[in-house]
Amino acid sequence: MIKHESIETNAGLLIILTLVAISIGGLVEIVPLFYINDTVEDVRTKEGYEAVRPYTPLESAGRDIYIREGCFLCHSQMIRPFRDEDLRYGHYSLAAESKYDHPFQWGSKRTGPDLARVGGKYSNEWHVQHMIAPRSVVPESIMPNYPWLLENELHYADIKKRLIAQKRVGVPYSLTDEEYEENVKRFGPEVAKWLDINRAEENLLAQAQANNYDGKPEKLTEMDALIAYLQVLGTMVDFKQYDESYFVKFRVSKAGGTDSE
Amino acid sequence: MSTDSNKPAVQTTGHAWDGDLQEYNNPLPRWWVWTFYATVVFAVVYWIMYPSWPVGKSFLGGVKTITFQTSSGQEVTTHWNMRARLLHDLQNGEEAVKQREYLEKIANSSFEEILSDPDKLAFVRSAGKVMFADNCAACHGAGGQGVIGLFPNLVDDAWLWGGTLEDIHTTISQGRRGYMPAFPQFAENGKVDNLADYVLSLSGEQGGDPVSIKKGEAIFQGEEGGCYYCHTKQATGMKSLGSANLTDKIWEIANVPGAKTYEEKRAEVRKVILGGIQREMPSWKGRLPDETIKILTVYVHELGGGK
Repeated sequence: MIKHESIETNAGLLIILTLVAISIGGLVEIVPLFYINDTVEDVRTKEGYEAVRPYTPLESAGRDIYIREGCFLCHSQMIRPFRDEDLRYGHYSLAAESKYDHPFQWGSKRTGPDLARVGGKYSNEWHVQHMIAPRSVVPESIMPNYPWLLENELHYADIKKRLIAQKRVGVPYSLTDEEYEENVKRFGPEVAKWLDINRAEENLLAQAQANNYDGKPEKLTEMDALIAYLQVLGTMVDFKQYDESYFVKFRVSKAGGTDSE
Repeated sequence: MSTDSNKPAVQTTGHAWDGDLQEYNNPLPRWWVWTFYATVVFAVVYWIMYPSWPVGKSFLGGVKTITFQTSSGQEVTTHWNMRARLLHDLQNGEEAVKQREYLEKIANSSFEEILSDPDKLAFVRSAGKVMFADNCAACHGAGGQGVIGLFPNLVDDAWLWGGTLEDIHTTISQGRRGYMPAFPQFAENGKVDNLADYVLSLSGEQGGDPVSIKKGEAIFQGEEGGCYYCHTKQATGMKSLGSANLTDKIWEIANVPGAKTYEEKRAEVRKVILGGIQREMPSWKGRLPDETIKILTVYVHELGGGK
């Protein structure tokens, strides 16, 4: 009458069947996304190049600092498709916008506000002030002070290695001439230059020099890199180019249902 | 657990360890089992209603539909999905419809019409407060008081870039870049002190040495400093450049009001002359809808200092 006796009295079988049972929940949600065609949206610039590009060397270094300081513990980067989030943060995040993020920074814990579209919202000066002493600009803030970001020189000797590591997991930085040409086709000649690993150090310095994110032109600090990263978040896709229904199409079934289009 | 032969027989699992060690079999309560079956039935209904199972390179869409309009006004009905549902909410949701009535009124009114209509003004005050908190308060403070030295105060009636509705609208839409070059060369021979004395004297600060003030004036008004290029000969500033009026007692950068002694005040001004200033107001056109910028314009104008 009790059929589970044979399982309960056999530890090896019990372990295997337990693993199978708890894997199903994850597998049925994750695996189909790898082969459903429309998971990642196709978004382009006006010139027809891919709108979402990998981070420049400086932005990438900034992202590493973002992760080092644990910003993700309090800040998500995922605007959900709800009206209140749309009104507060802007357009909901697209899957395409985080396709080069390894690891992604979506998060679900918002102690601070979502940062998916923080790029361009504040001036560089504000970011510097806000990092050093958050309460000097937002009195009710509970964010810790990060004064060392403005003091620490940015360590970038290993930037090439870091980009190569990203490349190994599929981010299209270029090393060879063929890869460079491929990037010119995909992202355009301007962007392709920034994605060339051979020029990573030169590019990193050029971007920091040109923008002087931290207000200290004589010094390349970790603040430069972090603000460069924050200022690009959520700015790659120009949503005005698209009718909103365009993004809905990527979540409409091609297999059945009642799509009347 | 050993069994007592006097107790009524309870069903056991049938296992026996160490000869007589048995375990009870206590079936789940009825209500629990039925609730479990109900959740199974619910799941099946859910699969039929909403997008669920992957099929090949796509997935089942479900029978529940949702309708929204494209920007060209075309109605599109599709199976339920969160993105379509958001568009539906933004276009036909209860709150959105209520709000849109007012947003349209604002979009179709001139600034003067908004200011003279109590109904529209009330909407601007309440909606503007939330929009200001979301987008402006991080720099300008929750009440628009700003941070001295960093971000301008919006509640006083001193305006670097102009305080009329049109000026404020331009500032919000297009952003501003404020810039004063640094004059480190004046650190020598006390020239920066002469300049600071002169600048302080312009707004009637007492305590400067008259000789020093005279020397400062010569630098300010002459080609050596050339300060008058931006601040004008009268030192009242220029709206087109965002250069500060130095003759009023309102200070945006140097924290003169916070300084106690004349010496401290002079140190504040000196810091600005030697270090220069670089400030940026981001551009909001494109980031915020046009009506939002219009509402913020009126809201900021109404904070107290609008001209």
